[in-house]
Amino acid sequence: MLSRTADSLFWASRYMERAENTARVLDVGYRVSLVPSLGAEDSTEWGSVLTICGCDARFAERYDTVSKRNVIDFMALDPENPSSIYSSIRIARENARAERNNLTTDIWEALNATWLEIRDMDYAVLAAYGFQKFFDWVKERSHLIRGATMATMLRDDTFNYTRLGTFIERADNTARILDVKYHILLPQTEAVGGAIDYYQWSALLRSVSAFRIYRRIYRDAILPSRVAELMILRGDMPRSLHFCFREITANLDMLAEVYGERHECHRLAGEIHARLRYGKVDQVFQEGLHEFLTDFIERNNRLAVEIGRNFLMTV
Amino acid sequence: MHLAIDHQTVYRYGEPANHSIQYLRLTPLSCVGQAVRSWTVDAPSRMPQWRDAYDNIVHVLTIDRPHSEVRVRVFGEIDTQDTNGIVPAENEPVAAAVFLRETALTEPDEAIRGVAEPMRSLVERDRLNALHRMMNTIRDAMDYRIGETDARTTAPAALAAESGVCQDHAHVFISCARTLGIPARYVSGYLFAGEQEETYTAGHAWAEALVPGLGWVGFDVANRVCPGEAYVRAAVGRDYLDAAPVRGARRGGGDEDLDVQVRVAQAQHQAQA
Amino acid sequence: MTREGGGTRPAYSGLEDWLTSTDGDAFEMKRREADLLFRRLGITFAVYGEGGDPERLIPFDVIPRVLSADEWRRMETGLVQRVRALNAFLSDIYHGQEILRAGKIPAELVLTNDQYAPEMQGLDLPGAVYTHIAGIDMVRVGEDEFYVLEDNVRTPSGVSYMLENREVMMRLFPDLFGEHKIEPVDRYPEELLMTLRSVSPYARDEPTAVVLTPGRYNSAYFEHAFLADEMGVELVEGQDLFVHDEFVYMRTPQGRRRVDVIYRRIDDAFLDPLAFNPDSALGVPGLLSVYRAGNVNLANAIGTGIADDKAIYVYVPEMVRFYLGEEPILRNVPTYSCRDSDDCRYVLDKLDELVVKETHGSGGYGMLVGPASTKDECAAYAERIKANPDQFIAQPTLALSTCPTFVENGIAPRHVDLRPFVLSGDKVRVVPGGLTRVALREGSLVVNSSQGGGTKDTWVLGT
Repeated sequence: MLSRTADSLFWASRYMERAENTARVLDVGYRVSLVPSLGAEDSTEWGSVLTICGCDARFAERYDTVSKRNVIDFMALDPENPSSIYSSIRIARENARAERNNLTTDIWEALNATWLEIRDMDYAVLAAYGFQKFFDWVKERSHLIRGATMATMLRDDTFNYTRLGTFIERADNTARILDVKYHILLPQTEAVGGAIDYYQWSALLRSVSAFRIYRRIYRDAILPSRVAELMILRGDMPRSLHFCFREITANLDMLAEVYGERHECHRLAGEIHARLRYGKVDQVFQEGLHEFLTDFIERNNRLAVEIGRNFLMTV
Repeated sequence: MHLAIDHQTVYRYGEPANHSIQYLRLTPLSCVGQAVRSWTVDAPSRMPQWRDAYDNIVHVLTIDRPHSEVRVRVFGEIDTQDTNGIVPAENEPVAAAVFLRETALTEPDEAIRGVAEPMRSLVERDRLNALHRMMNTIRDAMDYRIGETDARTTAPAALAAESGVCQDHAHVFISCARTLGIPARYVSGYLFAGEQEETYTAGHAWAEALVPGLGWVGFDVANRVCPGEAYVRAAVGRDYLDAAPVRGARRGGGDEDLDVQVRVAQAQHQAQA
Repeated sequence: MTREGGGTRPAYSGLEDWLTSTDGDAFEMKRREADLLFRRLGITFAVYGEGGDPERLIPFDVIPRVLSADEWRRMETGLVQRVRALNAFLSDIYHGQEILRAGKIPAELVLTNDQYAPEMQGLDLPGAVYTHIAGIDMVRVGEDEFYVLEDNVRTPSGVSYMLENREVMMRLFPDLFGEHKIEPVDRYPEELLMTLRSVSPYARDEPTAVVLTPGRYNSAYFEHAFLADEMGVELVEGQDLFVHDEFVYMRTPQGRRRVDVIYRRIDDAFLDPLAFNPDSALGVPGLLSVYRAGNVNLANAIGTGIADDKAIYVYVPEMVRFYLGEEPILRNVPTYSCRDSDDCRYVLDKLDELVVKETHGSGGYGMLVGPASTKDECAAYAERIKANPDQFIAQPTLALSTCPTFVENGIAPRHVDLRPFVLSGDKVRVVPGGLTRVALREGSLVVNSSQGGGTKDTWVLGT
């Protein structure tokens, strides 16, 4: 296998996961915007979407106001925005196309069909179709592609790179969502335990498909600290940081077994995994949630770079 | 003359490069009129070498780890003699006919043919004389000016710009010569320019044309002379690309900065052993 | 298919019944079935020049072209002989140049030729083989008369079509295969791999071979990927390889892996930006130095283009005599070289009867088919010849054989040629048959796929 193959599969997965997460984030924003009486500023809510995706500056170059229409336009279908859902799917498909020989027909056709559909969409089509339906559609296509991967892909190193891409991206995106949302929903003047906005917190949980899960585990009112615990430390929640790193270390271990060698990325991943596995939510808040998450995002990035250096094509 | 040459080439990169590879043609060979007393090639790693189509010594430098700089220095001492610019055309590695072929850098256009054609009858009667005349005609038509052209400038473009550096003068001469059916080649090397200890930013380049009965006769168009004992030949080829001191490629590295320092001086005479 | 003077060639006797008894609708159905099969297999060939759809299929005709065992045997012997001579020529040109010294070929024809690569002078190659994969284009002009139209010794393509055509035919007409004994072609990838490994510079248990492709946007990419897959070797692009310490390596997640033989489908000029075209992003910087050090082998070698230059073509029969001391079994098409003034005069005089080609052209472009051109077209072409006579050769229009082909109005004769593929390594191996190309337009002689030709399966009957 070539490094370029590993690289393409890794990035195809990352970009598809990115598309799904962007849809999830837009979905939250949209749900909240439907209830204007909550008092949340339109620009704050939609602005947070841009912050989560790291697109504030690029957005400001193209648009004057932060509004629902502008943000959806920019983040859903703008081909000039490399982080839009459209661009993410396009790049995912490009990477997959380069490695078509290493993908089963099921996987390729699921991804290619997704591209062919979004290629013909524009804002008007979206508005007519319904934004939420669109966000759901993106999620469904992502589920389909991932399902095809799980069901048909040979479990060799190509599979490992594909999964690594998914979970590195998911970990990064989840940490960002939590960091930004938490900061907005819990302004500094308000102490923990003060009046919280139930609707907003539940919207956040829904964005990571964890609303019912929360109920099932905690059976109680939504407490911010528990939301943080669920999304960071719970190993059984598939979108939590801990879960992501269980998968990441498992896949890296499989590569180590196949190749007979461990690298710096193994050590880094193990280190991050341990902090999540043995961490306690009190410690996280003691450190400061924002500090913890920022540190996590940076370490995750460094891990991605190391994986690139050890296995993929570094330019 | 007894010349001491010191030539350093440094590439610096804005970000670390992962892999660099260079073909270096920086090793003069002893030949008629030139005896290499000592020559050292100093580079960051061990370099295998091979002889190319024109018998130039080519070193291959590869660096396969992150690096921000590639520094190569060559230095040595060479004894030169005046041979009236003539290099014998015997035991050649390739047939002279190869030097009739056009290359991308030396393919002629109407203007170049316009410079060459008037010489055609003289070439038939007295080739050497014709070549001298052509050298001066070209130099009259082209100033010596740095900055108007670069390493990728073709002969027609340089002639149209009416200026260039020694590389361009040589290319135009070569292009004209070939148009007239005269095998011509590019020489890259060094020139001792005078007593002052100056450092230059490049070596020197000139042309050689085949004159039956004599051999390869050198023509330094930029200076309007045939090479003498102040010249050291380092590499030959059909054009600059064949004889370039350094041709390289890299992965990564970002912005690139090239710094070249060449010093050619008269060495102290050493006592005979 | 038919003999001169009527009647069917014996090779086709079995097929004739099938052809006459099957109706047009049935053929149409089979044609559509074939289209579907090809689409699923992903075969395409980007077509230049007419703004064609880059994913258009090369038309495939379901009626095979048939050769008898005897015909093939003679052809095969001739092919082996011809390719051996071509390899001997290349080795000679890049060493002692004996054939030039003996005055058999004008020296400046070779030495001033763009395709002669001075970089190869004096380099010894494993087995002294230069063209490991050669495609020799042939046409039948008489009952037992095959001419060589052209030698292709640089990067001949089309073998994947030969293989896929057979695959599709076997699925479409299993009964026909049962009734006729047809020589199999599916050994080609295996034989290609054996050939490549046999010319590895180092004796290793399993030399590492790769297929070097310019990438997805190249019109023959499908074939590169197909062959790599069938041989079980990596398909690489220039960026996947690098040179270090006199060897070529592949970048893998497990670190670097040494490469011994590169089956390269990239032209010479793009192989090494440090030695050839400096703008090429397709090649591997430093590759030439490793090649010259004898630490990697390239199939086909650099500099083979001098042997398939159309100006050199006229001398190939002489090469057979000079290097092998034998009479050539396969004949050249009678050819006039415009660099010779007598020939040139003849050509200009008879332009409307001849096919004129550029010596440096390929793919059928830049040629004039005299009988099919207007007076103005001929006059314009004559000017080109007069300006640059060295660049042109001419051949009589041949009465090319035809083969029944399923076209809009039913089954009709169409002109065909044949490209067998000859592999040279430790041995010379030829797969029975080759690629039959058919000119789909009535009366047309142009079979190139890039100008709308199609292909057929080629059957060599077993004894």
